[in-house]
Amino acid sequence: MSELDPVNVRPLMDPVVDEADEPSPDLSAKPPSRRRQLEEISELTGKTVGQVRSEDPFMVAEDVNVYYGDLHAIKDVTLEIGKRQVVALIGPSGCGKTTFLRCLNRMNDSIESARVTGRITLDGQDIYSKSLDPVALRARVGIVFQKPNPFPKSIYDNVAYGPRIHGLAADRAELDDIVHTSLERAGLLKEVRDRLDEPGTSLSGGQQQRLCIARTIAVNPEVILMDEPCSALDPIATARIEDLIDELSENYAIVIVTHSMQQAARVSRRVAYFHLGKLVEVDDTDRIFTNPQHKLTENYITGRFG
Amino acid sequence: MFGFLATAVGIVFLAVFFVSLVGQGASAFKQSFIELEIEYSEDVLAPGGQLDLEFADYDALVRNALWREFPEVTDRRARRELSRLVSAAAGFQLRDALRQDSDLLGTEARVAVPTSATVDMLAKGNIDRSLDAAQRPLNDRQLQWVDELAARDRLTMKFNTALFTNGDSREPEMAGIKGALMGSFYMLIVTIGLAFPLGVAAAIYLEEFAPKNRWADLIEVNINNLAAVPSIVFGLLGLAVFVNWLGMPRSAPLVGGLVLALLTLPVIIIASRAAIKAVPPSIREAALGIGASRMQVVFHHVVPLALPGMLTGAIIGMSRALGETAPLLMIGMVAFIVDVPAGFSDPATALPVQIFLWADSPERAFAERTSAAIIVLLAFLLLMNLAAIILRKKVDRQW
Repeated sequence: MSELDPVNVRPLMDPVVDEADEPSPDLSAKPPSRRRQLEEISELTGKTVGQVRSEDPFMVAEDVNVYYGDLHAIKDVTLEIGKRQVVALIGPSGCGKTTFLRCLNRMNDSIESARVTGRITLDGQDIYSKSLDPVALRARVGIVFQKPNPFPKSIYDNVAYGPRIHGLAADRAELDDIVHTSLERAGLLKEVRDRLDEPGTSLSGGQQQRLCIARTIAVNPEVILMDEPCSALDPIATARIEDLIDELSENYAIVIVTHSMQQAARVSRRVAYFHLGKLVEVDDTDRIFTNPQHKLTENYITGRFG
Repeated sequence: MFGFLATAVGIVFLAVFFVSLVGQGASAFKQSFIELEIEYSEDVLAPGGQLDLEFADYDALVRNALWREFPEVTDRRARRELSRLVSAAAGFQLRDALRQDSDLLGTEARVAVPTSATVDMLAKGNIDRSLDAAQRPLNDRQLQWVDELAARDRLTMKFNTALFTNGDSREPEMAGIKGALMGSFYMLIVTIGLAFPLGVAAAIYLEEFAPKNRWADLIEVNINNLAAVPSIVFGLLGLAVFVNWLGMPRSAPLVGGLVLALLTLPVIIIASRAAIKAVPPSIREAALGIGASRMQVVFHHVVPLALPGMLTGAIIGMSRALGETAPLLMIGMVAFIVDVPAGFSDPATALPVQIFLWADSPERAFAERTSAAIIVLLAFLLLMNLAAIILRKKVDRQW
């Protein structure tokens, strides 16, 4: 996680320029209309800027294109994710970051109209090849969703379900062990130790999300995908989960989609900026927030649009 | 305001229905008995020393007891009128008593024998005494005898167990619904056994595994239509296919159950599909995300959550099936069956059909029994619904 000196980060509070607003200090004439802005933006999109490659790459996405029927959602994205690295995917709403995230563990398979081209490999293996079982893949690449969705079972069964179906425990004692370890790693064990039989849905929002994280790590994945995990939580729960991500990054590669740039700045080592389906810029966190190379990235980070 | 009025009107109608039903049918649960001093005379039962338990002249025992009560009655015709006060079931009752305890032979005992239907009606106050003798089922002499017996404290009212232990009969006092109950019961077993698994499996396949194309839409439209087809059409289908073509036994609960299963299947499929659709996609995604296969997602997560809805659909379908008469008439379950069916292929009748048959009968005694049978049917339905609610509460899960 990069340590950012708050002074060095550009102010993120500039509002989006609108017709009614006063001109920003950088422009000379009257403020451009919203539509003109977007036209400008689409002209500026070009090749990915920055460090697409990473040291010790674990997951590699090459020239990935995703189509939803006729809609071209992800355009020629190439990105490498290193082992034990936290990569944040940022960008405005609808830019395709969640779509790209879900490609990494083939969750888009369940969407009828989705079509993925290109190559995504996990530790050298093409995950879209016919010989690879998506079920086994999803045990290696786990996912945590935006809204906490524990199973309507007991807390124990929630965490134990994954190991059970993948046959990771030989007997009840081993299963107990896995459940306890996962809950501890997720920072939930102390709170639920004596009520493991209660339904998972009886926990608070933050606890439910930590339960979902425990569930994900119980199957011993290598990569954890997180789709805006804190957007439904209060600041304190958010802080706990961010600490958790910090701890988890010692053992797992983490790809986190986030709407909050502050969060990206806090938790990640590398940041990838998406815009209208294209990967505009990828770089180390400090560099991207202090010295973005692409105009679009700069506009987004400074809050010109969002 | 109008909603309240509408509810009130509905409740008033329901109340009127129940009050009239119970008013008419409640008396059928009682039966009047005459206590007679029966002599299990060896001369009568075993002439020549031979006792044929099945076919001995038990009616003679009853007649003799009656004549002893009224020794002044000597005229042959009068004696016949006197013996008509007691039901033909009395003889069978004595036979069963002797069968149980053969030591009774040669002894005397006071036995309460059921009266005939007309005396039963009189005892329940359903015969207008002021009418002319020719317009009544009992003439003046018979009325006198009954009053005399009542004065001697020999006329009693007891619970009508015959209603629940006997099959159908031409004599109202011997007619019971056991045959119809067993027939309905066997039929329900066949119906549930076929319709529920098939319906649930079809719904799961259509919702989860079938490709969503034109064929799927066509199937959905057809199933929705089938649920609205009049039930007698299913009866015709059963007659043509099961009885005619496949040669299955007519009037059997098996065929009745098959026809009702066809009737119930669309209802169960529709309810199950709705229940499956209602399971939130977040649960499916969570299960998929953890590496569950499609089958595991469906059977470990979706089905348990959809189960309450599926059960509700099944119970709604069953309740409808229990009350169906028209398709059963088509496949022959309208026959007059006196024996209680012992299996799935024995000829039988069903409770709604039994009600229909008794309702046709002009005898006053059958009128009250029809109402009683309706009460039993409604009680049965109520119990089934109660069971459904309890079952639902057990499997309901918060998501």
